[in-house]
Amino acid sequence: MFHDETCIMDPASFINKELPVSVQVISNTCTGCETCVSACPFGAIEMRDGKAFITESCTLCGACIEACEFKAIERTGEEAVAAAKDLSAFKGVWVFAEQHKGGISSVALELLGEGRKLADKRHAKLSAVFIGHGIKDKAKDLIAYGADVVYLADDPALKDFNDDSYSAVLTTLATLHKPEIILAGATAIGRSFIPKVAAKLYTGLTADCTVLDIDPETGNLHQTRPAFGGNIMATIVSPNHRPQMATVRHKVMKPAPRNDARTGDIIDVKFAQTGAVRTRVIKTVEELGETVNICEANIIVAGGRGMGGVKNFHLLEELAKVLGGAVAATRGAVDEGWIPYSHQVGQTGKTVCPKLYIACGISGAIQHVAGMQSSDVIVAINKDPDAPIFSVATYGIVGDVLEVLPAMIKKFKEIRG
Amino acid sequence: MNIIVLVKQVPDTSEVKINRETNTLIRDGVPSIINPFDLYALEEALRLREQHGGKVTAVTMGPPQAAEALKEAVAMGVDEVVLFSDRAFAGADTWATSYTLAQGIKKIGSYDLVIAGKQAIDGDTAQVGPETADMLGIPFIAYIKKITAIADGKMTVERMMDDGYDVVESSLPALITVVKEINQPRLPSLKGKMKAKSLKVTTLTAKDIGADENMLGLKGSPTKVVRIFPPAPRGQREILSGTIEQQVEQVVKKLKEQSLI
Repeated sequence: MFHDETCIMDPASFINKELPVSVQVISNTCTGCETCVSACPFGAIEMRDGKAFITESCTLCGACIEACEFKAIERTGEEAVAAAKDLSAFKGVWVFAEQHKGGISSVALELLGEGRKLADKRHAKLSAVFIGHGIKDKAKDLIAYGADVVYLADDPALKDFNDDSYSAVLTTLATLHKPEIILAGATAIGRSFIPKVAAKLYTGLTADCTVLDIDPETGNLHQTRPAFGGNIMATIVSPNHRPQMATVRHKVMKPAPRNDARTGDIIDVKFAQTGAVRTRVIKTVEELGETVNICEANIIVAGGRGMGGVKNFHLLEELAKVLGGAVAATRGAVDEGWIPYSHQVGQTGKTVCPKLYIACGISGAIQHVAGMQSSDVIVAINKDPDAPIFSVATYGIVGDVLEVLPAMIKKFKEIRG
Repeated sequence: MNIIVLVKQVPDTSEVKINRETNTLIRDGVPSIINPFDLYALEEALRLREQHGGKVTAVTMGPPQAAEALKEAVAMGVDEVVLFSDRAFAGADTWATSYTLAQGIKKIGSYDLVIAGKQAIDGDTAQVGPETADMLGIPFIAYIKKITAIADGKMTVERMMDDGYDVVESSLPALITVVKEINQPRLPSLKGKMKAKSLKVTTLTAKDIGADENMLGLKGSPTKVVRIFPPAPRGQREILSGTIEQQVEQVVKKLKEQSLI
């Protein structure tokens, strides 16, 4: 593989001239009722001369088209655009299969499960891109979890994560083989280098998708994600660009069951460093040690300021231990210095979606809720019955967390024997 | 050393509410603020200037009112600000935004380091940093919690990872994004506020930055938003009652029924 880090592709070379797409008001039909003005989530519609006028803040979301009772707003230009492009050269679904020290990341298996479904809908192949060193014997596992093809880039130079080399491998492979879709985990690594690939390929990238669906006719990937701190969901497509790229968080998708009878091709990818190495990892420090990465935990026990102090955090640890879960915290608890930042859940920390989230002494500030509201089941413990956390809780226990936790630990211990 | 800081003006998402009847965002009265993560980027740039000398320039892309965010940066102590503003920039996704910022930064000229917050709180994509770095052709390192050394065209930083951190060395110029662990942002000074008040913000248009109009704004954006809707309400909620023992008993029973424990 040719690889030159000093050679950054000129984005202009990827340009496809587009015909303009717009949302327009049909002025004869507009009654001036102003329904669309309040329906627009972006404040992009004004009234001018008694008629609706769409300003440049319009994002083409189409909320006004649905809201207008008089069919006075329409989208124009889309068909013309679709006809002008040949997107049919792009085929297949790819998954970036992240690994740590040779162990395949759970999010990679989840993406293979989701990617398999998307590929089947398009009658296309599912491929995994596997980058690292000393990982050869793990490639067949990716096939067992649903891949038809594994692009294996195994090289000493790829041992540590490096934005330049990882993006060079994926960009070069995608340029050669033209996948229709590329999925990656919304991990520290995925969120760091995947945007560089999208930049080079001049294509759309949607972060932190929670739902993916494909239009079997057009191949457009409908990517749904939260925005505005989880206050709103947006569905996004890249109708005129391929590959369509998306990142997905841990635990959002379900892995397919392992099937060792599956067969597939493993393709060796040669990596050659021709340019200067611009960045390198000098040292890797693991801080979580024995504890579980909260993004990967099925059960999370989280504490807030209501825990009353670091002296009470052992209760969270004990409960987590009994349940086989991980301990997390709010920004408040982290700011107090009760637990390291790597355990923080919320807008300024990590976003998690475990099967069970037990919120202990957490009031439920919107910034915290944004990071945990997609958990399957939420148990909230708070002595204030009006605490906002109860509005997202599946089950709410009203009581002093310092009394509830010992009772809970005792009960779970009984069950677990 | 010359440092460029990328800032974004965002609605304070903690103040954004949904009108449950019309399923739209209630934007009235929602204040515009500097993206909170960008304050850490500004602070780090100012600290580096204090140690190594040089100049800090804050830039943003946005409508004319985004100049307010730049004035806040001046109040904190940055030397210069540039606003990239043009009707052609409207509706830009992360790709087109990054293209605009990259073109603008090239126009500004020489720099040693570009710093941005790890993500903006309205979109939460964390994509503009790496995409801009790529278009500038400079190294990118995300999630920096500490700059340990800068000298001789090189820097050493600590990068947060999911399970700890990496110590990474990079050549300069480079673009980094920073997390809140890196510092405690200063408050605007009185002197800074006075300077900001009288400041006329330099504005560059699409033409000024030599941008290809096909790669700007809505037209240049690969992604299109096709639907906006409120998140599905969470399923049934149950606030329990009784003594603590009784409540715990009920919860444990329910979790067991659902095979969660």
